[in-house]
Amino acid sequence: MLDRRDFVQQVLTDRGALLVVSGLGAATFDVAAAGDHPLNFYLWGAMGGTAMTGLGLALARPDRRVAVLTGDGDMLMGIGSLATIGAVQPKNLGLVVLDNGHYGETGMQPSATRSGIDLVATALACRFKHARDVSRIEQAAEVRALLHAGEGPILVNARINAQEVPRVLPLRDGHAIKRRFIEALDAR
Amino acid sequence: MHTPVRSDTAWPDAIYAQFRRVGIRQVGYVPDAGHSRLIKLCQADPDIADVVLTTEEEGVGLVAGATLGGQRAALLMQSSGVGNCINMFSLLRNCGFPCVALVTMRGEFGEFNPWQVPMGAITGEVLRLSGFLTYRVERAEDVDEIVGAGCDMAFDGDLQIAILLSQRLIGRKQWTR
Repeated sequence: MLDRRDFVQQVLTDRGALLVVSGLGAATFDVAAAGDHPLNFYLWGAMGGTAMTGLGLALARPDRRVAVLTGDGDMLMGIGSLATIGAVQPKNLGLVVLDNGHYGETGMQPSATRSGIDLVATALACRFKHARDVSRIEQAAEVRALLHAGEGPILVNARINAQEVPRVLPLRDGHAIKRRFIEALDAR
Repeated sequence: MHTPVRSDTAWPDAIYAQFRRVGIRQVGYVPDAGHSRLIKLCQADPDIADVVLTTEEEGVGLVAGATLGGQRAALLMQSSGVGNCINMFSLLRNCGFPCVALVTMRGEFGEFNPWQVPMGAITGEVLRLSGFLTYRVERAEDVDEIVGAGCDMAFDGDLQIAILLSQRLIGRKQWTR
């Protein structure tokens, strides 16, 4: 089982031109802990919408790689978007699910993945080009390489331990997060 | 040059022409019979990515992502789909993402199916409470002007605009053939 902070830190190391969308709650805090960046779009709500935000961005910028990092709860709520993304087949989109099998922000109630619901199999059934589970920190470099150069759509289900970690709170003003992202992307 | 379309059955062409005028590049939709002609026009356009959604709320994320990437996007849905989107609409309000939603109405004029009525009856209010400015179109000859004005308001002002296409405009659903 992975330590979520170590794993996200290593996946986002030397991120280059990568565009990042993070899902509400712990995933947003993990991405912030790995280093604030203007090309991070942090979601603080809109549960279930993270993967689709990544799809809109990936379609708009086929010249760039887009990585979505989110939790199992958010991915389960937006599970239909795996079918939507699979139908579109965006080559430049990768989803990383930080799967601890629990709703961490609300008291660690078990999620459906805890009962064996398999997001990797779901993604493969939805015609994702790559979908795999990872559970060892040594695999972080492979995940990083996949996000930067693998053919999408990609889903990596990262088995993280359910340990709680300190919150690292990034920008919370949605207008500011959006404006900063658009300006940084325009400037490059 | 944009030429208004004024025929009674060609009003979807007027919407499509406005999409072209303002540079819509992504269109997300859950199909509705009332949108079938517009969906075909978007599918046939190589400059527009048409994305069929499993639920309308996915389209809200699509619009947000498109905007982050520098593109303009629009949503097509039936009135029943508006209810599916309510919490996701917070993404548009919180960040000021421009959005144009074309909503075909069910559950009103001559509706045969009472199951469409509860959501159809509150669609406009739900949109208003969710932060949208809403405009209603009853006549084919008004589509061009209202959709054009709505698109300009959305993209010039980062506003959320919904245009309700009335059931009378679309035509009563025919249940017998």
